[in-house]
Amino acid sequence: MKEISSAIQLIPLENYIGLSVALFSIGMMGVLFRRNTIAILMCLELMFNSVNLLLTAFSAYHSDPAGQVFVFFIMIVAAAEIAIGLSIVVMMKRNVDSVDINLLNRLKW
Amino acid sequence: MVASIPYITLAWLVPAFPLLGFLITGLGKNRLKHNQAGILASTMVALSFLTSLFLFFTLRSSGQESATITLFNWISAGDMKIPFAFLIDHLSITMMLIVTGVGALIHIYSIGYMHDDERVNSFFAQMNLFTFSMLLLVMGANYLILFIGWEGVGFCSYLLIGFWFKNPEFNYAARKAFVMNRIGDLGFILGIILLFFTFKSVSFTEVFTQAATLQAGAPLITLITILLLVGAVGKSAQIPLYTWLPDAMAGPTPVSALIHAATMVTAGIYMIARSSILYNLAPITLNIMIGLGLATAIFAAIIGLRQNDIKKVLAYSTVSQLGYMFLALGLGAYSSAVFHLTTHAFFKALLFLGAGSIIHAMGGEQDIRKMGGLRKKMPITYLTFLAGTLAISGIPPFSGFFSKDLILNHAFESSPILYILALGGALITCFYMFRLLYLVFFGNQRLDTAHPHESPRVMTIPLIILSILAVFGGFLNIPSLFGGESGFSDFLHKAITSKVTEEMGASTEIGLIAASLALLGFIIFMAYRTYVKKSVIPAGDKESQSVFAKAISNKFYIDQIYATLFEKPFGFLSDFFFKQIEIKVLDPIIDEIGILTSKLGDQVRKLQQGIMSFYFFAMVAGILLFIIFILIV
Repeated sequence: MKEISSAIQLIPLENYIGLSVALFSIGMMGVLFRRNTIAILMCLELMFNSVNLLLTAFSAYHSDPAGQVFVFFIMIVAAAEIAIGLSIVVMMKRNVDSVDINLLNRLKW
Repeated sequence: MVASIPYITLAWLVPAFPLLGFLITGLGKNRLKHNQAGILASTMVALSFLTSLFLFFTLRSSGQESATITLFNWISAGDMKIPFAFLIDHLSITMMLIVTGVGALIHIYSIGYMHDDERVNSFFAQMNLFTFSMLLLVMGANYLILFIGWEGVGFCSYLLIGFWFKNPEFNYAARKAFVMNRIGDLGFILGIILLFFTFKSVSFTEVFTQAATLQAGAPLITLITILLLVGAVGKSAQIPLYTWLPDAMAGPTPVSALIHAATMVTAGIYMIARSSILYNLAPITLNIMIGLGLATAIFAAIIGLRQNDIKKVLAYSTVSQLGYMFLALGLGAYSSAVFHLTTHAFFKALLFLGAGSIIHAMGGEQDIRKMGGLRKKMPITYLTFLAGTLAISGIPPFSGFFSKDLILNHAFESSPILYILALGGALITCFYMFRLLYLVFFGNQRLDTAHPHESPRVMTIPLIILSILAVFGGFLNIPSLFGGESGFSDFLHKAITSKVTEEMGASTEIGLIAASLALLGFIIFMAYRTYVKKSVIPAGDKESQSVFAKAISNKFYIDQIYATLFEKPFGFLSDFFFKQIEIKVLDPIIDEIGILTSKLGDQVRKLQQGIMSFYFFAMVAGILLFIIFILIV
């Protein structure tokens, strides 16, 4: 544990933050502008993982394991979520024979 | 708080039994078989009566004057603390015995009377609910609980007057009773609010303790008592709010007996007797009550002279007797009023149940002109009805004599004019009661289609018990003139503070009684000569009558006057507001608001396009704006 922490601390904190922000932004842009539902789900994962990365980094710098425990929780929740998401995609493919998110536009009054 | 009298905490059982009965008969009204509801409801009220009787003996043997049983804290907000508590003292226990005792008899009677009605289960549920409310009214330890009961009995009265709701006229009568009572209730609740602001409490004991320090005749106390009086006038059917009571006869006859003769209409009397300490401080209000009571007693008696519906005659006599009670209250003779209330409960319940028995026998006919000759056909009803008539007319030694005589004596002490007027009312009462008796039971039967028969035993036994009470009830309170001890008044004086205590000379009293007896005898003879010897049948509604007689037959056109004075202008105002304000002003405004909202909605709807990327975008933009906002501020 200690060695991992010190290994993480070899790289300055700013770099971790920068990487995280970059990953998060890429993910968000993907969610906003992609039309392929599978790609959107992947971008969502990207956003999750950028947050995970940040949590790990802060956890190491603060010598507080709570952050890393959180990461595990997030990973589990993300796994569950992606299972649901992918099953929705399967249903979508079966029903409209496409995974274009803009086809799902009936959710309106 | 645990009262020191053993078992007195059982008092909560007294209202609990009828409530339980109401819940069972009310909820199971579709499942209960015939008669089950009636037997159950009667049992509950009888159990209540037994509990009250037990409490009565416990209270008397304990030597204490009152006990407060707090069930739980009901309202507790700031300074206002109102516990849900019962006050058991000599006044409330008397009322409890009347309500449950007479109530139980009437419930039993109803089993027979309502036997063929298809909604008999609802009937008993409502009767039990009424008994419960009435018990709350008389047992409550503060004005607010009294008020719950007060409204409860008003509501049950509404339900039961309109029990046969398929007849629109009965519904109208029920509404009329409700509205008239509401006018009174408004005054009553204002009185309670004013009481609370004055004394910071609505509990009887606290209010009366504090009131004892007040100056007599203070404007505030006069205002409070007048407001409370307005409530009592509405509930106890005094001028000017009495018109609902004769119409209330639309309900089934046991209802008229229980609610509109024996118990509910006496609630006003009870409330004023309970507040005797306040009323003693307000001589102006007492004088108003003398005027109202006397006017009502005579006025209603005169109307009663020419009524031809058996129940209407009894209804006007109830109004008139309530007037006597108000007179007694106004004279400060509270215990005499409650004594008259008690005897009146006995003989008027008896008369109404007797009338019910007659109506039952005549197949629903209520017009006394069509009856006659029932004496042989219905001997038990005849004898009990005779006992009731003698009692209400004030013939010694029947109960009405003692109670009415007591009130007349108090009137004489106050002023001979009051005495003469009150005696005049009593003589009129005597005349119309004997007119009723002779027309119904003597002569020949005038309706060929009816086949009168004696009522079943379930109806005659309550009649017999009530007639025994009506005959001997007066012996509860034998005045000292006849070597009695005035036990009833003494018993009540522990709970009521009466104003008059002076005794008048025995010779004067004997003189007064002799004079009134001679007059009563003359009146009975007159009635006998007119209706039995000459067998005069009252004229029909369409035959020509003298102006005065016509006015009496039409109840002095009071209903028409009220219609012109209040209903018509009110109807006109409502019409105006409906046609001018509602349709021309309010409706367009409301419509415009609706149209505007729906147009706005149309605009906002365009945001909801169902395109998911747009939703994502909106969400992210929102979050970003939020973050920016936090960073800036």
